[in-house]
Amino acid sequence: MKRRFFIEKTALASMSTLLGAEIVLGATMPDGYTPLAFQEPDPFKMFGKDREMVVLNSKPWNMEAQAHLLDDKITPSKFMFIRNNGLIPENIDVANWSLTIDGESVETKKTYSLAELKSKFKHYSYQLTLECGGNGRSEFDPPAKGNQWTIGAVSCATWTGVRLRDVLEDAGIQNTAVYIGYHAVDSHLSRDPNKEPISRGAPMAKALQDETLLAFEMNGDDIPLANGYPLRLVAGGWPASVSGKWINRISIRNKVHDGTKMMGTAYRVPCNPVGPGEKVKDEDMCIIESMPVKSLITYPKTGAKITSGKKLNIRGHAWAGELEVSKMEYSIDFGATWRICPLEKPSNRLAWQHFSASISFPEKGYYEVWARATDSQNTAQPMLLPGWNPKGYLNNASHRIAIKVV
Amino acid sequence: MDDNKNLFKQIQALYRGLFAFVVAFALIGVGLIAYMNNPQLFTSDITASETEYVPIPEDDSDKIEDGVHVRTGFVEADGLMETVNNCTNCHSSELVLQNRMSKENWIATIRWMQETQNLWDLGGNEEIIVAYLVKNYPVIKKGRRGALTDIEWYDL
Repeated sequence: MKRRFFIEKTALASMSTLLGAEIVLGATMPDGYTPLAFQEPDPFKMFGKDREMVVLNSKPWNMEAQAHLLDDKITPSKFMFIRNNGLIPENIDVANWSLTIDGESVETKKTYSLAELKSKFKHYSYQLTLECGGNGRSEFDPPAKGNQWTIGAVSCATWTGVRLRDVLEDAGIQNTAVYIGYHAVDSHLSRDPNKEPISRGAPMAKALQDETLLAFEMNGDDIPLANGYPLRLVAGGWPASVSGKWINRISIRNKVHDGTKMMGTAYRVPCNPVGPGEKVKDEDMCIIESMPVKSLITYPKTGAKITSGKKLNIRGHAWAGELEVSKMEYSIDFGATWRICPLEKPSNRLAWQHFSASISFPEKGYYEVWARATDSQNTAQPMLLPGWNPKGYLNNASHRIAIKVV
Repeated sequence: MDDNKNLFKQIQALYRGLFAFVVAFALIGVGLIAYMNNPQLFTSDITASETEYVPIPEDDSDKIEDGVHVRTGFVEADGLMETVNNCTNCHSSELVLQNRMSKENWIATIRWMQETQNLWDLGGNEEIIVAYLVKNYPVIKKGRRGALTDIEWYDL
């Protein structure tokens, strides 16, 4: 139906061109802007993503990268995953965009225009790792419900914005404050205006960190629409759902935020480990905070064949939620022996770190290169799947690529 | 005089010819403009005109090719249309197709959608839909870690 409308509009537009009359639609629309409803259903063009990105879901839009696409030290927009719980807002009015700080524990409820936020508070830029809590879900057995992310729902871009702390403190934080909860303008899949697709948040300690930003730029440009334009939270190292997109309100709560996707099994894991497939009561589920230690081999792409006697250069990134990665290792014998490889320090806290290695293979044949990162508290990635949980979160098992020496 | 009359007639004929040419030219021009805006102008078949307007598979919503429902990707089997009609309104079929669940878990998912996502009462269709999903999209045992699959080998 929408498509037909679009074609009729186009016909009208070309008609008016032929008649030499003014194109009415052209006058009221910003340059280069086409309402989402009229756009071609080509998600790569629509979102400016690389065609090697993988669409998991077209309603709501969910798209992930592949390991080799994440080779850049700073993830460009075209390789950044898209994770949505609801429908992407269709009419963003930047000129009238505002952010309200309210809640039980705010001193004074305050509303800031986007321009005010940008002019009133100091700007900061950080490279921040954002990973979907469900990244790696596809490997759980029994399977967990939801988008079946493989390994590509992770990124580390440069985010620029103002510190959430500066804005919260400007409004005033009462000593009863426990948590912040965000609200945004995306719509619920059922289009019910009384339902929020997602409204999550973080404890005050995370909200007040230097690196927790109210961001309006990604890699020096406006944030892409699908990634939260014009304003989003960025709380690196935590499930990316904490980093709300298109936000227009933040509530300072006197209790743990109880918005959509804060309850039940959403972004929660069993407080105590359970067996695969076990039922877990809601009250025995705990909210995910820091993401676990993990790494990806981003070069070469899996499936490389090299000639015998040649060395294989590998590289990739490692990250550890709130922590730093302290050691990086690889194995070419299915985990029997491990070799330490050079690992760079993060460019700032919560940025992923880069590793590289030059590997010699003893003889011809099939190999797998496995990567294993260890965090600053000496916790390493498991080689098998970590603890099963009902929604399949936190899979940080070693990344593996296949190599043939011929 | 005869010569004059003849000349007058010739001029008249020329004028008529020119006029006819101009009229024909104008008609063709108007026709062309109209045709450019609506290629179906000279086709009397109304449904053909509709098809031309909407060249997307939505119009062919029930088309099945090689045992697959083209618009959604669901396999053709008992319960297909009940599933398509009830499970692809709010979210895409991809969300369903990605998932593998037991009967119990599909029912739990339906309850969750009814409690929180505005899904309606499925009535007698619930059993049909759950049976369709469980039968056609069975749970695959993956174990604690699968082998690397779908490797595209290339020379580095």
